[in-house]
Amino acid sequence: MFQFINTLLIGITSGAIYALMALSIVLVWRSTRVINFAQAGQALTSTFIGFQTLQYVDSFWIALVVAMIGGALISALIEITLMRVLLKHSTSGAIAGVAPIIATLGLLEVIQATITLIWGGADSLITPPLSNTGFTIGSNTLVFSPMKLAIIAIVAVLLIFLTLIVQKTSIGLSLRAAAFSPELARLAGVRVDAVRTLGWALSGATGAVAGLLLVANGNGSFSTASMEFSLLLISGFIAAVIGGLESLLGAVIGGLALGIITAFILMYISDSLFFIAPFVILLLVLFIRPQGFLGKKGGRRA
Amino acid sequence: MHNSSRQLSNKIRLLIFIVLGFLIYLLSNNVDELRVYQGAQVSFYVIGIASIILLTGYSGQVSLGQGALLGVGGYAAALSHLHWHLPIPATFAIAILAAAGAGALLGIAAARLSGPYLAGATLALAVGLPSIANQFTILGGEQGLFFDVGFPPESLGEEFTQYKWFFWIASLATLIAIFWLQNVMRSRYGRTWKAIRGSEVAAELAGVDIARAKILAFTLSAGLAGLAGALLAMTIGTVSPSAFPLALSFSLLTGAVLSGVTTLGGVMIGAVTLVALPEIVGTVVNRAGASEAIATNLPHIVMGTLLILTVVFVPNGPVEQMRSRRVKKEKSL
Repeated sequence: MFQFINTLLIGITSGAIYALMALSIVLVWRSTRVINFAQAGQALTSTFIGFQTLQYVDSFWIALVVAMIGGALISALIEITLMRVLLKHSTSGAIAGVAPIIATLGLLEVIQATITLIWGGADSLITPPLSNTGFTIGSNTLVFSPMKLAIIAIVAVLLIFLTLIVQKTSIGLSLRAAAFSPELARLAGVRVDAVRTLGWALSGATGAVAGLLLVANGNGSFSTASMEFSLLLISGFIAAVIGGLESLLGAVIGGLALGIITAFILMYISDSLFFIAPFVILLLVLFIRPQGFLGKKGGRRA
Repeated sequence: MHNSSRQLSNKIRLLIFIVLGFLIYLLSNNVDELRVYQGAQVSFYVIGIASIILLTGYSGQVSLGQGALLGVGGYAAALSHLHWHLPIPATFAIAILAAAGAGALLGIAAARLSGPYLAGATLALAVGLPSIANQFTILGGEQGLFFDVGFPPESLGEEFTQYKWFFWIASLATLIAIFWLQNVMRSRYGRTWKAIRGSEVAAELAGVDIARAKILAFTLSAGLAGLAGALLAMTIGTVSPSAFPLALSFSLLTGAVLSGVTTLGGVMIGAVTLVALPEIVGTVVNRAGASEAIATNLPHIVMGTLLILTVVFVPNGPVEQMRSRRVKKEKSL
């Protein structure tokens, strides 16, 4: 029973981080109908920005804010310089449908090589701001620590903040209009380009939080060579697909579900399934309910 | 009439391939060790890229996990060689069959998906599959397995080097594979895939079984990838998770886009770029006296940038671009 609770708590925490990545993917999808695979590299860059900030100031939370701003700026820059041009150019041809995907992969390669060039391939260390030693209940020590509690709290706050923006403000309405039908939105006076850039910026900031919390949730070390960020991207993508790709709340629920399921698989079946489990879960989801569990009917084929 | 002209062109094509083979043979006698090694690399890249062209260009599906299928082929070849002591051509056949089987399974899943969903699923596969090697001891864990095709036959003389032997095997396999693929693309199936690429709805109305055609494309493409994987394994002498990283999948996709995914005609462009670019950039960087870090990372930056520029400005690839420009010119005359 004790192990069960522990596994559940581990799952919720890593799920919360997947949820952040999923939010970041959903924000881009909602604003431009593109899955941004470069987000893995952007999150890693933001994490390095946070790492660099920590060389000057001694507060993880300030570093987090700086990383968020940095991540947002990078993301906005990518939308302005690359996505805008790409979506205007590739409207026809054999690979028009997959061109944005391929372009974001090219971008991922450029980003990864660039940060390796700047920060080197060795392990870097970010000390978690809060203790990662678990709370004690009676004589048992949980794996659930103050750091993990903070992670869940941050994700909750971000979800509420983003939901308010997207659902309750006119910006959110413009965002939806710009993605749904750019032409109509433009005619209705929505500044489509600006709105899309904003969507990407929000996504970049969210990805930055995901990256830093991923590192803080572990032992604090990370490097450009580690697979953790690729896995974070894939987990975020899967979480977003579970949630139906459109819904922010869905992305978070998808992330938590994925985190919990993965934690139980690793605990009760085998921990060497770490990399392959997400793929199997994704295939199952796509077979059982391709429109996601919170998505609307309509299928995934068009 | 039509039939006989096709027959003729098939014979001419066969002749062209034989001449190509002879040229490669002459080439192999006149270059040094490094170049024949790179020749072997170009060979398996050609097959790997062709497998993506078949999949993406001809049936409109995108796979970011082609490297994983190469891995399946490589491991199948190594395992069948180690445990069943099969001769080398047979291990290649096993590699093709094993990867094609995996591809068929993937294709069944892929037929239900499109665009970003398929991309994400194949990406997850590329990240996940190599870790399976640690799950089963028969796969040799991180160290992997040896795949030794043996020394070149003595009849070729004492001077004949190992890498030259690899190059011969790889380029022969590549010539056969590409010739076969051209035939497939000119067959009924090739036309079916083209129809699907043009318009899925129109093809369906014309009575094409879309799902079946896509699964077939995935299966054949995976078979080619398996062969490429076996050749890769032969060239480096081992199979291990690190031989089939995510970067391999990305490289193949980059090569395919640079070659142009709508035609096989440019397949050499991508393969040669993948092998030559790192060396050219490396040489330039070294001449300029820059640091080791720049020499290792700059090629990736150039490659990624090239990929982005191609997707934006030459999405159909250089060969198709030139062809459409020529057609335009002829029309305007």
